[in-house]
Amino acid sequence: MNGEGPAVCLPADLDTDIIIAGRYLRTKDRSVWVAHVLEDLDPSLAPGLAGAVLVAGKNFGCGSSREQAAIALKEAGVVAVIAPSFARIFFRNAINLGLPVVECDLSCVNGEQVKFDLSAGWVEAHETKFPIRSLSPRMQEILAAGGLVEYWRCRR
Amino acid sequence: MSTLSERILGGAAGTYVDRKVDRAYAHDGTGVLTLEGVKSMGGGRLSASTRISLLFDHIVPANNSTTATLQQELRVFARDAGIGLSDIGGGICHQVMSETGVLPGEVVVGADSHSCTLGAFGAFATGVGATDMAAIWLTGETWFRVPESVGVHVTGAFTGAAEAKDLALTYVSRLGMDGGTNRALEFIGDGTAALSMEDRLVLSNLAVETGAKTGLFYADRVTVDYHRALGRTVLPQEIEPCDYVDEIALDLSDVVPVIAVPPRVDTIRPVADLAGLPLDQVFVGTCTNGRYTDLARFARIVKKKKVAIRTIVVPASRLVLEEAIRTGVLADIVEAGCTIGTPGCGPCLGAHMGVLGEGEICLSTANRNFKNRMGVGGEIYLSSVATAAASALSGKITEPEVPG
Repeated sequence: MNGEGPAVCLPADLDTDIIIAGRYLRTKDRSVWVAHVLEDLDPSLAPGLAGAVLVAGKNFGCGSSREQAAIALKEAGVVAVIAPSFARIFFRNAINLGLPVVECDLSCVNGEQVKFDLSAGWVEAHETKFPIRSLSPRMQEILAAGGLVEYWRCRR
Repeated sequence: MSTLSERILGGAAGTYVDRKVDRAYAHDGTGVLTLEGVKSMGGGRLSASTRISLLFDHIVPANNSTTATLQQELRVFARDAGIGLSDIGGGICHQVMSETGVLPGEVVVGADSHSCTLGAFGAFATGVGATDMAAIWLTGETWFRVPESVGVHVTGAFTGAAEAKDLALTYVSRLGMDGGTNRALEFIGDGTAALSMEDRLVLSNLAVETGAKTGLFYADRVTVDYHRALGRTVLPQEIEPCDYVDEIALDLSDVVPVIAVPPRVDTIRPVADLAGLPLDQVFVGTCTNGRYTDLARFARIVKKKKVAIRTIVVPASRLVLEEAIRTGVLADIVEAGCTIGTPGCGPCLGAHMGVLGEGEICLSTANRNFKNRMGVGGEIYLSSVATAAASALSGKITEPEVPG
């Protein structure tokens, strides 16, 4: 799996309450989550997420298990999230939804083009390739299927 | 020799295992997406080998028609699928699960990050997202990366006004918000024998605030006695020498009352340093500190006095509420001027009932103080029940008195 997009820089320890606040969760209308994604960090971010690669600090997605956080980012058009480390529930949720999450410690420049190739194992930014931590075989299969729903649909 | 996580999951740290899940539960919040996932995966019968349940706690009773409709869908699903349902007023999912008694050695998965709470029973208990839960409900199993474990050595005994919550916030600050990521915490050492099951539930509950998969206690005399009171016989788990990836030591006699200052759970200060900070609201409850012993301790401090600011007390479950009624604890709390909420999560997640206004400050016994969590522009300080009680009486952050 590969892709690219302009970087949107985000801080470390970004919790899922900040990605999508509890006050917006009680609906099945995904457009609500897209409209309010990252609102409590910076309300101006949401419109710029389509096609973007998020480059965040460590421990991205900590806190609540709410899957709406990963859904909101995916539905907003985020291509991938790159961070030195992720909180484990968010990481699993993202893979289960087919949203690439890449463990790599990358210095971030807003708007700079970032490329990634998960099968080849690298992220490219500021004309340099950086190695990434590879996913487990199971996670690669789930991501390749497009998410856990598709993965199980093939198997049941 | 193995860690408890390695023994329960049946693999060495760092390896991946497929494991049958003994109990799998979701709440009214995560249940909605879990149900969507089940349908998307083709539906059909849920796994018969896993005890599956739905417990309503996040917005109880429903705050508007949209929530009510979502909850009704879940009720119908639970009835048709024949799974256990704890409806509004039953209490917080982790608390209700703890009251029915999770068995040592079980694999327990909840669609909520604080499912790690149940590690207090010597179970491997962890949180997953809704889509993972949907697959677990259908297949009865899931994959795990067997975690490395951090040994948390507990020695000594509490002195002064410190309690389990102060210890929990202290260890979270020692490890940091990602010090436990992808790892399990194992609470061991001479000091654990004196920790009640309620204390253990508090300590396991905060494990996820370090990023940990779970926080485990070996089943011992306390666990055996807890289950005996429920009419069940369980065996203690033997501790084997094992390799921990990291170890920290905590002497209970060094623990002092502390507060986690917003917006991070790992940033603590002694209550004494913050004494006098004016508050707008005190909230006592949640899966951290809404148990009967918490309410009883709170009542002892506020009995025959009046709280100086609005104070919301939410019992963690119906059983907690019933016991508080039976013993007079509830009357003491109401007569002190507190407001009582329906058993459940209350305002902790900022979705209803007791959220904060712009610029307001709340002292809460919950486990998260993230920016805007309890309301846009509100700030959350986290403390023990004793600190919350003393502060409710004065209307500002106040050091708890040493219990007599």
